[in-house]
Amino acid sequence: MERKSVLVSMLADDRGGRIFLSILAVVAVLVPVLNLMVSDTSALHVPTYLVTLMGKYLCYALLAIALDLVWGYCGILSLGHGAFFALGGYAMGMYLMRQIGDRGVYGNPDLPDFMVFLDWKELPWYWFGFDQFWFAAIMIMLVPGLLAFVFGWLAFRSRVTGVYLSIITQALTYALMLAFFRNEMGFGGNNGLTDFKDILGFNLQSDGTRIGLFLLSALALALGYLVSRYIVNSKLGRVTVAIRDAEDRARFVGYKVESFKLWVFVFSAVLAGIAGALYVPQVGIINPGEFSPLISIELVVWVAVGGRGFLYGAVMGAIIVNFAKSYFTAAFPEVWLFALGALFVLVTIFLPRGIVGLLEKIKQNKKEKSDAKEQVA
Amino acid sequence: MNSMDSLKETMRRDRVFNFLAPGTHAASSKELDISHDTILYVEGITVSFDGFKALNDLNLHISNGELRCIIGPNGAGKTTMMDVITGKTRPDEGMAFFGQTMDLTKLTEYEIASAGIGRKFQKPTVFPEHSVFENLELAMHTNKNVWPSLFARLSSEQHDQIMQVLDVIMLHSESKILAKNLSHGQKQWLEIGMLLMQKPKVLLVDEPIAGMTHQETERTAELLTSLAGEHSVIVVEHDMEFVRSIAKTVTVLHEGHVLAEGSMDEVQNDSRVIEVYLGE
Repeated sequence: MERKSVLVSMLADDRGGRIFLSILAVVAVLVPVLNLMVSDTSALHVPTYLVTLMGKYLCYALLAIALDLVWGYCGILSLGHGAFFALGGYAMGMYLMRQIGDRGVYGNPDLPDFMVFLDWKELPWYWFGFDQFWFAAIMIMLVPGLLAFVFGWLAFRSRVTGVYLSIITQALTYALMLAFFRNEMGFGGNNGLTDFKDILGFNLQSDGTRIGLFLLSALALALGYLVSRYIVNSKLGRVTVAIRDAEDRARFVGYKVESFKLWVFVFSAVLAGIAGALYVPQVGIINPGEFSPLISIELVVWVAVGGRGFLYGAVMGAIIVNFAKSYFTAAFPEVWLFALGALFVLVTIFLPRGIVGLLEKIKQNKKEKSDAKEQVA
Repeated sequence: MNSMDSLKETMRRDRVFNFLAPGTHAASSKELDISHDTILYVEGITVSFDGFKALNDLNLHISNGELRCIIGPNGAGKTTMMDVITGKTRPDEGMAFFGQTMDLTKLTEYEIASAGIGRKFQKPTVFPEHSVFENLELAMHTNKNVWPSLFARLSSEQHDQIMQVLDVIMLHSESKILAKNLSHGQKQWLEIGMLLMQKPKVLLVDEPIAGMTHQETERTAELLTSLAGEHSVIVVEHDMEFVRSIAKTVTVLHEGHVLAEGSMDEVQNDSRVIEVYLGE
């Protein structure tokens, strides 16, 4: 009862959130039905590749929520959030690699293919445990969280803020990319981890598993949204916004600003890690390209386009920009990067609060007009 | 006492070691000790920025419950003094104590704030995207750690406390308005209200009447004098008329140290003060 009333009161003043969760619920029911129960020949049939594509978008949306928490609500512009996403993805990838067993090209039951290729004789110690799903599941959250904790602890304690912080987050993800490109690291070098066969015994190529992963992504997105919404609605959320707007005041009011920033940063990294872990089995590969600074910057564009400081805005931005990307890269591949750059410039100049800000403005104008009419009448 | 006895004494189960007992360990105690009736000691503080001495051997003692005005020309070191007391700037030399035991030069900003020193900035600084009510709620004296904040619920007593402060700062009807939409004078009051919510023992108030109308100024003077007694109030202000209307004791700062101290009349007739202010 108590829990339910918290949920109800949380969504009572969150119209955008209610709409978003309703759409998500409808999609989560319709897509599996149209994929599994409608025959291929029907116009309503949703092909499996589309299910996977949508599952991918849901993971991106969860990642966007994670970034919006630190950027929109705490004022920390992280240009390296892709790193936490990729680390979560690698943890999942390592589990999936171990599930291949002796079905690899070389048929070695103890070592993944790329290690056989490199002529390694035994499994490195940091691969131990990844045969177990529960262990991988813990690592998916622990590794990004731990990195965020150490990085954030050092950065926030030294009061690194603004552009400087953005630059070192960028450097962080770039350094990780270079490290993961090296074969000696034992993460598959520039080929990354791929050729996955199954997850928890389910064949990754089957429609049923794909639908299952899609539904899991939808569930993770819904839960991630609700927990994030709880956080921004709590006093902790109000403190982070206060830190964003007037850091010194927050400090002299008696808040240990570093701890609040660190907490939000770590939580956000864990969320990004979970998104990455759901992403990898759906796309079937994880490679160091995911650490590329470009990806982290693209992520910032999603949130800026949707409307930072609104959780559902971040979701909307991620989905809209990625739909546009899928369309443009197929129709006019050479135009996409220019379109993305132009989008960012236009949004920054004309829509500082993103699409959500625009919608609110339109609503307000309408209301003012109708108020004026009422007064005349 | 033989060694057996002393061992027994040491290992006694109800024993409290001296260094663990509250209040006995100088400079690390969290309890405010004002047994000598002085709440703030600032002694021999020197702060230099690139060779420029912003504070030069500054001495200041504030009694419990006192209202003290600090005046001085621009660059006299008034704001730097507040920075030292609130932990923003570390002094090169000298000591600053809160009560008998708390060493302000070793504590961080948030520790000093929760120990009971509140500060109002020169430029009114409130949380612009929060309502007036939320601003006061955020300032409230309570557990300000991360996890308790995540699960914090406003109790009815806390709600009443906010309502009382809203009355004092006369922003009751504005309680739902975002702080960024307040007038300059209202922001000043909101910031004073936020100080009150922290239940501080010492209030540092930097130029409280800047941008206020005549009426608002009078009301602010009333407010500050009513706060003295229960709190110690230190006001930095340029407006002499305002200082005259509230101050019993005035301290004049000049080039980082105290030039004169006394009642407004004494200070105004002091030849050195006249020289500094009028350049004779």
